[in-house]
Amino acid sequence: MKKAVLLFTMIMFAGSLVLAQGYKVGDKAINFKLKNVDEKMVSSLDYQDAKGLIIIFTCNTCPYAVKYEDRIIALDKKYKSKGFPVIAINPNDPEVQPDDTFDKMVKKAQEKQFTFPYLYDPGRKISAVYGATKTPHIYLVSKKGDKLTVEYIGAIDDNYKDASKVSKKYLEDAINALLEGKKPKITYTKAIGCTVKKKS
Amino acid sequence: MIKKIIILIFLIGIIIPESKAQAIMKFNEFEPYLHQQNDTIYVINFWATWCRPCVKELPYFEQINKNYQNKKLKVILLSLDFAEDIETKLKPFIQRKNLQSEIIVMDDPDANTWIDKVDKNWSGAIPATLVYKGTKKVFHEGSLNYEQIENLINKVK
Repeated sequence: MKKAVLLFTMIMFAGSLVLAQGYKVGDKAINFKLKNVDEKMVSSLDYQDAKGLIIIFTCNTCPYAVKYEDRIIALDKKYKSKGFPVIAINPNDPEVQPDDTFDKMVKKAQEKQFTFPYLYDPGRKISAVYGATKTPHIYLVSKKGDKLTVEYIGAIDDNYKDASKVSKKYLEDAINALLEGKKPKITYTKAIGCTVKKKS
Repeated sequence: MIKKIIILIFLIGIIIPESKAQAIMKFNEFEPYLHQQNDTIYVINFWATWCRPCVKELPYFEQINKNYQNKKLKVILLSLDFAEDIETKLKPFIQRKNLQSEIIVMDDPDANTWIDKVDKNWSGAIPATLVYKGTKKVFHEGSLNYEQIENLINKVK
C-alpha cells in the first residue's frame, strides 16, 4: 500500500513537471548569466542592490517589440534608480529567426542606444525556464538577496500602438506597488505578440 | 475663430477614422463570429502579414477553404495587422497571394480584455487557430499544417 502511494506520488510529481510550462506569479525564479551585446557576461546576481528586476523577453524585429522599444528605455530610466532595472533577453533561436543573430542584436542595441543589457539566449536555456512564449513578454521579479520571486507576468500596458493612449500601465502599477511594500493588484495580463522562434 | 478650428478638427477626427474603419473591427464587433449557433464548422485563424509562421501556414487554410467549399465549413482569416498597415501591406498581400477565404481585420489594442474571450489557454502569441461548431470547440496556439487543421475539424464534427 505504501509503495502504491509512493508510486502514485511519483507519477503525480512527474506529471506536474511535464505540465509545468514556465513560471507563475509567486514562483521562485532562477538566476541567470548570459552574454550581453557588449560581449560581457551579465548575471542577475550582479545586481546586489536591486529590489527587483524587470526582465523583458524581446527581440529585434517583431512589430510589437519594436513599438515598445522607446517605452522599455523609458522604464529603465525611470526605475533603475529606484531599484528596478530592466534586463532584456532575446528568446529567439537565431537559426529559426535570422533577424535575431547576436550581431543584429548588437546593432539594435547601438541604434536604439539601449540603457540596459540585451542578453543573448540562443539555446533558450533561460527563456524556456521562465516560460516566455512571445515577444515582448515581461516577468517582473522581486529580489531578496539572491532570491528572485515572480511578482507580475504579462504586458507593459494596454496599448501597444500608441503610448499616448495608454490607460492602464500594468507593469508600472506592479512596480509601484512593490516599491510601496505591497503586492501588485494585477499580477497577470495577456497581450498579442510574436511567437518565440524555436526549433520544433 | 478658435471655436471654428476646434469644430473643424473635431469633424476631421470623425470623418477620417470612419472612412478607415469600414473594414477594421474592434473585438466586440468580431465577437459574434466566435459564437454562431448553427451546424456550420468555423475555422478561425489569427494571423498578420508581419508574422512569418502565420504567412507560412496560410496556404493550408486556403486549401481547406477550397476543399470544403461544398461542406458546411467556413474559414475566417482574422488579420491582426495594424490599422496603419492595411492599405500599404495587408491589401497588396491579399492581392498578391490571391487569398479566397473571408478576411476580417481587427485592431483592438487592449488585448488583455479580449484574449481570454477567444480562449483561456491562448497566451496571445500568433499564429493561433480556433475551430468550433455550436458549443464544440478546439483551440491551438502555434503553427499548423493541412492534416493538423483537418484533425481539429474532425474533433468538432
